[in-house]
Amino acid sequence: MKTRPALGGLLRTLFSTVIAVSLMACGAGESNVLQGNRSGILHYGNGAEPQGLDPHVVTGVPENHLIRALFEGLAVKNPITLEPEPGVAQRWEFSDEGKVITFYLNPEARWSNGEQLTASDYVWSWNRALHPETGNLYAYMLYPVKNAEAYAKGKIKDFAKVGVKALDDTTLEVTLNAPTPYFIQLMDHYSTFAVHPETLLKFGKMTDRFTPWTRVGSMVSNGAFVLTDWALNRHIKVAKSEHYWDRDKVSLNGVVFYPTENVVSEERMFRVEQLHYTAVVPLDKIPVYRERPNTPYLQSPYLGTYYYLVNTDRPPVDNVKVRQALSMSVDREKLVRSVLQETAVPAYSITPPGTLGYYPPQVFSYDPDKARALLAEAGYPNGEGWPGLEIIYNTQEAHRKIAVAIQQMWKSELNVDITIANQEWKVYLNSVSQRDFQVARRGWIGDYVDANNFLDLFITDGGNNNTGYSNAIYDDLILQKAPRAQSREERYALFTEAETMLMEEMPIIPIYTYTSKHLIHPSVEGIYPNLMDSLNLKYVKLHPEQTLSGEVN
Amino acid sequence: MLRFIISRLLQAIPVIFIVITATFFLVRAAPGGPFDAEKVVLPEVKRALEAQYKLDLPLHEQYFAYLSDLAQGELGPSFKYPGRSVNEILFSGLPVTAELGFYALLIALVIGVTAGVFASLKPNTRQDYIPMGLAMIGICMPSFLLGPLLVLVFGIYLEWLPISGWGSIPGDKILPSITLGAAYAAYVARLSRAGMLEILSQDYIRTARAKGLPEWLVVGKHALRGGLIPVVAFLGPAFAGLLAGSFVVETIFQIPGLGRFYVQAAFNRDYTMILGTTVFLSSLIVLFNLVSDVAAAWLNPRLRSQLSGGSQ
Repeated sequence: MKTRPALGGLLRTLFSTVIAVSLMACGAGESNVLQGNRSGILHYGNGAEPQGLDPHVVTGVPENHLIRALFEGLAVKNPITLEPEPGVAQRWEFSDEGKVITFYLNPEARWSNGEQLTASDYVWSWNRALHPETGNLYAYMLYPVKNAEAYAKGKIKDFAKVGVKALDDTTLEVTLNAPTPYFIQLMDHYSTFAVHPETLLKFGKMTDRFTPWTRVGSMVSNGAFVLTDWALNRHIKVAKSEHYWDRDKVSLNGVVFYPTENVVSEERMFRVEQLHYTAVVPLDKIPVYRERPNTPYLQSPYLGTYYYLVNTDRPPVDNVKVRQALSMSVDREKLVRSVLQETAVPAYSITPPGTLGYYPPQVFSYDPDKARALLAEAGYPNGEGWPGLEIIYNTQEAHRKIAVAIQQMWKSELNVDITIANQEWKVYLNSVSQRDFQVARRGWIGDYVDANNFLDLFITDGGNNNTGYSNAIYDDLILQKAPRAQSREERYALFTEAETMLMEEMPIIPIYTYTSKHLIHPSVEGIYPNLMDSLNLKYVKLHPEQTLSGEVN
Repeated sequence: MLRFIISRLLQAIPVIFIVITATFFLVRAAPGGPFDAEKVVLPEVKRALEAQYKLDLPLHEQYFAYLSDLAQGELGPSFKYPGRSVNEILFSGLPVTAELGFYALLIALVIGVTAGVFASLKPNTRQDYIPMGLAMIGICMPSFLLGPLLVLVFGIYLEWLPISGWGSIPGDKILPSITLGAAYAAYVARLSRAGMLEILSQDYIRTARAKGLPEWLVVGKHALRGGLIPVVAFLGPAFAGLLAGSFVVETIFQIPGLGRFYVQAAFNRDYTMILGTTVFLSSLIVLFNLVSDVAAAWLNPRLRSQLSGGSQ
């Protein structure tokens, strides 16, 4: 038989070719991080491919990071305290008891084509952001402005009646419906950013959503960086802008954003130094990173609450005592320790603690004895006669684990039977908005750092209320009294009163406060932990001498 | 042969039409819409969005409007990625997915056919059991396990190969192609072994051997052509399957291909994207099935003469 040598030879050739090709590809050269540190380019894991880059069209966290690199608002946030600081506006003044704000624009503020950014650009852009045909999901960010809501709903056709005027090139006057203490903060939200009118009109109507004005070569923006490359699902590259008014403070020469949807792959990319920064960290890797000296792992409280919505019209949770009993028998400390590996903070209120100096009251605590007594008072002593209860959540392993843990806690403390059911994301959203549930998992991430953003969820018939909760006194506190408070202390006292009411009537069961979790290469300076997970790339610097040491597997 | 091809192409039209119609109505029947989000969408905003995407029209008008756009090759704007058309997204992802599929198939063929032929030469010996055992493992091992394993060994421990991306770092195409190709290689190995075993027991092989032809000529020239017919028939559906099923590998290796869009479109209720990708991939499946049938017919003299005689 001559077969074997012939085939064996073939196989040998094949394997040696494969190995040769592999070896040629090996030693792929310097990592992104090393190259980037030398050339001043930050490699940034951005979580997902952005929907787009039009500030009045898109929503989402990856979009936010990109848009805030490319654009700048009238005010920006201090990266540490989150208090508003000058952006495009050098300063602002309040008059008429806080109802009129005059923004004085920096005369040096420029578009990336070198043109001056004027107050009338803002008037034009806010018209676009609010126009009923634009379909801006965040149009409501500008609703504190006089007549803005009526214009967005089509009740007023004339934009001149909306409270925003350009007094001259650098003076913008904004008239509000009522004093709105957090309004300046909203100027750092992309839905209130200015866009370059001539560029948009070159590609279509003001209200068009589908035009290619945000593409490379077409986009004109006003931020610290300009768009230089956008390869769908590969990367988006931005480079330092020559026309940005504060360009001397910008240290980076550019940033490459990667759509890192797979968190496990993202962590591996960080390990082989393809990334300086990751959008998240897989839960099972966190303990390993935590133990490392000079850990690249950064965790900090985040302006978001994970809670269970309760449908107050469905028995048995229509009874407030049942709701209280359920809430008091959740051992949040244990849940955070065992299920969440200390990557969250137990929550006893809807507003995260420390929201610009506001600390919510703790109305209840983990108290299984009291919970049992309350359940007995509600007519279910030791769970007898319990009609059953279902928790729904959107299909995701993390939500399932929490639901299972809570199911067991309620069974062992209250002796009540709970079923849990997962639903596909859009089905779940539909069930929640149709109020077709008893208890539903929910999360809320704040759009701006103010307790109002959490507490106004539960006003009567609020779009995100979904619990059926309605209380005229609560509505009055949030909608009438708090906006008219004369000082921060007075306003926070009113919020405390409202939050106490909410946690006594328990239309929601708060579970934990989110944290933001990132891996940050030691060569990166200027990424500070804060409640908004807000990063201003203008302040980021690279120090090539710092290296990632130690292996994590 | 030409009649065969034409008749198959004509049969494809109603198939694709049914796919379009069923997909169009099914996605709209699914609960939840493209604009549902965790934060409630204000009614005035939702109305504006529906008007921009023609969702305010009656369902049958939407359907006919879609068909008329499709007839002009327009797959419509994406719901999830405003500012991008489905055509643009498809054509940005397709070359990558096709390239990945092509390398995977190449790996599957080279490894699979070699192993299968090698095993078939000495059935029920170690030379048979070892490659076939490995093939069984290859079939059973899902790509979401094999991919990370290869990454761990070759990317992280040995630091030989890049672990993600496509075409940005030299060598970054190797691991994803192997991951995607492995299961198909195993399948091809089993198919070619079975095909070869059948052919090697045929009379004409015995005749060839009796004539004193060297074994490599018997196998390489006479047996291989017939023995690989099952593999060729499998190639068409396999390539279509590689294109449609590359989602997992694309996710593991952060590859900017089509698979991610295809799967995520369903979760996003991105109506136009679901329809666009489904119509496109179903057309490809029909096409590749036809191509592999033609190739199999060309390899099989009996079938070829039947077709030429026009009996089909």
